[in-house]
Amino acid sequence: MSVLVDKNSRVIVQGFTGKEGTFHATQMIEYGTNVVGGVTPGKGGEQHLAKPVFNSVSDARKATDCNVSIIFVPPAFAADAIMEAADAGVELVVCITEGIPVQDMVSVKEYLKGRSTRLIGPNCPGVITPDGAKVGIMPGFVFKPGRIGIVSKSGTLTYEAADQVAKAGLGVSTAIGIGGDPIIGTTTKEAVELFMNDPETDAIIMIGEIGGGLEAEAARWIKANGNKKPVVGFIAGQTAPAGRRMGHAGAIIGGAEDTAAAKMAIMRECGLHVVDSPAGIGETMKTVLGK
Amino acid sequence: MNLHEYQAKELMKKNGASIQEGIVATTPAEAVAAAEQMKTLYNSDWVVVKSQIHAGGRGKGKIAGTEQNGVALAKNHDKVREIATNLLGGTLVTIQTGPAGRVVNKVLIAQDVYYPGESDPKELYISILLDRGTGRNVFIYSTEGGMDIEEVAAHTPEKVHKEYVDPKVGLQDFQCRKMAFNLGLNGNAFKEMTKFIKAVYKTYINSDASMIEINPCLKTSDNKIIAVDGKISLDDNALYRHPDLLALRDLNEEDPTEVEASNAELNYVKLDGNVGCMVNGAGLAMATMDIIKLSGGEPANFLDVGGTANAERVEKAFRIILKDPHVKAILVNIFGGIVRCDRVAQGIVDAYKSIGNIPVPIIVRLQGTNAVEAKKLIDESGLKVLSAIQLKEAAEQVKVALA
Repeated sequence: MSVLVDKNSRVIVQGFTGKEGTFHATQMIEYGTNVVGGVTPGKGGEQHLAKPVFNSVSDARKATDCNVSIIFVPPAFAADAIMEAADAGVELVVCITEGIPVQDMVSVKEYLKGRSTRLIGPNCPGVITPDGAKVGIMPGFVFKPGRIGIVSKSGTLTYEAADQVAKAGLGVSTAIGIGGDPIIGTTTKEAVELFMNDPETDAIIMIGEIGGGLEAEAARWIKANGNKKPVVGFIAGQTAPAGRRMGHAGAIIGGAEDTAAAKMAIMRECGLHVVDSPAGIGETMKTVLGK
Repeated sequence: MNLHEYQAKELMKKNGASIQEGIVATTPAEAVAAAEQMKTLYNSDWVVVKSQIHAGGRGKGKIAGTEQNGVALAKNHDKVREIATNLLGGTLVTIQTGPAGRVVNKVLIAQDVYYPGESDPKELYISILLDRGTGRNVFIYSTEGGMDIEEVAAHTPEKVHKEYVDPKVGLQDFQCRKMAFNLGLNGNAFKEMTKFIKAVYKTYINSDASMIEINPCLKTSDNKIIAVDGKISLDDNALYRHPDLLALRDLNEEDPTEVEASNAELNYVKLDGNVGCMVNGAGLAMATMDIIKLSGGEPANFLDVGGTANAERVEKAFRIILKDPHVKAILVNIFGGIVRCDRVAQGIVDAYKSIGNIPVPIIVRLQGTNAVEAKKLIDESGLKVLSAIQLKEAAEQVKVALA
């Protein structure tokens, strides 16, 4: 009942023994995620949180057959960590790190072309399949299991949406935080496509923000593919001024096309159910599903 | 982080580009001395006095209350003194600064480069930035320099060209030639332009810039290619590997409250509205601004307190929001996930007590871990704070507070 991660995911943590890595790996293990080990160069052979530590992702892959990696390494080393995971053949790489230089991500994006690795993020809360696996930093209890897919650029706004979904008596199949940076691995459209093809997902919540063209691209794809499942959309930053960066590196209005108003208009034209208020996401989903 | 024109041009020069030369001055006396030095170097009394502020439209902009434009030609040194006196310390209002304008603290005494010669001078446009859609760097260039490129794109899109750089191999010679041809150049100007484009690219990559714009880039009457203006934005995330560039930061160009907030590791952007807000997470912060608008107010700020909303940070955030006299109410919106809401609530109560009497109503919405305990804590604190758990309730309370 999910996309990307579930109970069978075999997860390794890059930056395992650091402060962030340790804290969130502990939380993930408590949630029930199948964490099979971690990578910290130079600490191979040690045990951490009762799991094996490896010197490289390649060693970890050989020993554990891990298929998912979550990255908590500092921004200066994160691009390298992503490419290392891809080189080792890990299928899904979730990069939590915030603050990676854009030109580093230009190289990463190019490196990933033609490889089988899917990148989520960076600068994202991760991916969660309720009661299956939490590969991220989100509060697990907010996400109740169900049949709504969530794709979002923002962390806390994802939690907000999941909470409203639960209050509306619904639940989440998988929530994907794609991240708020100018260059990210998995786009809004690609995440939506995963949900459209997932038999366990009935409807989709798509949360975007100012800057870039990802939401418009996703909306046009949804329309071109026959609006197979209802999509409720929200764009944060309707009141944001042009030219100022709103927290996320990618949240900046560069032209007339990437304002919240422009994106919402395109989403409406493409048949999405657009909400003006972030307080109305759950209720709108309930109405759309006729429940 | 943005650079001044003179800093941007110096950086490009270091990387091999020809520029309109100039000397920075902070007083009228320095401006005259600079003009005298320019005469010995370039054998001309004519110089251009250019205000150095982080905003475009300087040439057409005016110093508030006067007819003095932000960029002006001086044909003798008395005129240099007069213009520099008018500019320095004045508030320059341009199409990009908004009505408040920017104080001019520095002027660039620059070469007059529009001298007559064997051919007519021609203004061109060159920029390079990240194309988010493809994840590649792209040159945008046009024969129509000296104008707003968005205007050019709107009216004559065929005159705006793009050249994408393949990240595997970087900028290639054939691409430089293609651009120079498309810019209508030949002979020496063509050769100069290919060199110039390479230098711009080198500057962009070496400095981890997120954008370089040269408008105008001038083909002079003697067929040289020079940067007459230069705008560089640097990637904040990459500044850690460029301490030399970080040293170019001009705090005078930034809102003092925003600087104070960034020193406290709070992500704060000052806006013009009447309802302040404090939120954890950038997306939720933008969404909260939208809620304020839908409730009949206008957001006074963007403020992301980040993951650790402890008493110290909350107090600092309150103090920063309260510096703005237009704030009539404050909406605190925290979704506690890993961080527990009751801890945040205690932080708010402590901060409130520490600040003393907060003159505007505060609405606190705490949702997530221990939200009910948090609401109780706020309600029983005896402070003039309204509490909410649902986002909708908080929106209603903002309406009431503004009524």
